[in-house]
Amino acid sequence: MSSSISNVFIAFQDNEEARPVVEAILADNPDASAAHTPGLVKIDAPGRLTIRRATIEEQTGRAYDLQQIHVNLVTLSGHIDEDDDQLTLSWRH
Amino acid sequence: MNIDLQAREIQPLRQTFARVAAYTGDKPASRYLEATLGAQPAANFHYRPTWEPGFELFDTGRTAVRMADWYALRDPRQYYYATWTMARARQQDAMESNYQFVESRGLVGKMSDALRARACAVLMPLRHVAWGGNMNNCNVCARGYGTAFTAPAMFHAMDHLGVAQYLTRLGLVMDEPGVLEAGRNDWLQAPRWQVLRRYVEDTLVLQDPFELFVAQNLALDGLLYPLVYGQFVDEHLALQGGTAVAMLTAFMPEWHDESARWIDAVVKVAAAESPENLALISGWYAAYAQAAQAALAPVADLALGEQGAGALQAVREALDARARKAGLAV
Repeated sequence: MSSSISNVFIAFQDNEEARPVVEAILADNPDASAAHTPGLVKIDAPGRLTIRRATIEEQTGRAYDLQQIHVNLVTLSGHIDEDDDQLTLSWRH
Repeated sequence: MNIDLQAREIQPLRQTFARVAAYTGDKPASRYLEATLGAQPAANFHYRPTWEPGFELFDTGRTAVRMADWYALRDPRQYYYATWTMARARQQDAMESNYQFVESRGLVGKMSDALRARACAVLMPLRHVAWGGNMNNCNVCARGYGTAFTAPAMFHAMDHLGVAQYLTRLGLVMDEPGVLEAGRNDWLQAPRWQVLRRYVEDTLVLQDPFELFVAQNLALDGLLYPLVYGQFVDEHLALQGGTAVAMLTAFMPEWHDESARWIDAVVKVAAAESPENLALISGWYAAYAQAAQAALAPVADLALGEQGAGALQAVREALDARARKAGLAV
């Protein structure tokens, strides 16, 4: 890759439960791009990617516990900074 | 022999149903949208209903509110049957454990007799108010138009029935079964309940489903629930050692806050559609909020004594603020 920033990525099973999460990530991270492969959605973003609970709740209209993403989470790369309201992947220490 | 396994992606020809794609475009839609959009029967009604031959079976003309698209009245909670039942089942589990907590520790017995009698005097007649709410929301569902509007109204009707059942169960835990009969007698005969009874019974015969929606869900419930479950149960009773009652009615304020989002969203979208709708709905709100406040004044007095009038005024101001936020001219 020519850029000096490495990508972080996160991948989910491509299903009904993961869809609002994917849509929330794409809404919150303008630089992120989603690739659909059979059964899987992989989202790449340069340097940094944030999942926000509030955005997922807007998508679903219901309260959401961020730990629910683990049901459909397949893989990820990047250092994790996580609390009740958000999960951020980045390469910063 | 080598077997070469390859993953091949098969693109579906359609991402969603044609009736949904007509609203959202051909992209994957949520289950809520698939259960809602385009589900309203709209054509090929061979016979007019014998009980109301002036209208088709499903007819937009039963209400004075005009919408170009009745599917615009979406539910922000995105309830369809599955999500609604799952949400209520979770709340039912929480209520069961509340009951278990209260019963295993004998919390009801630790309340004074006078406090228990007052809680029953206020809450038992409200079973009949909740039943009226059930009937009225069934009526909104039956006479309204557009699945987006009518399906949540039916859920709301069943929720009202649930509230009535929780109140019944509360009465049976607090006292002998005769307490239900006493509540019914108060509802039918005690002068202080007759204004509210008149309001409930007058709304039972309203013909316009949107007017009924405003009268029941926005005006009456918008005042009743904050007054009774907010001011009386959670503040007044709890301070005097009646926390058990607050635990056994925990569903009601939680449900009211949740369903208020739906009610506000419906009112907001319908009022923003046209100046005529805005004038109509604002007029209904003003009239019914005034009537509901008058109907609840004796109840506030029974529940909170001399603080009742102030508490009722406070919830009225909060409801006016809610209505203004939904875009009504208040």
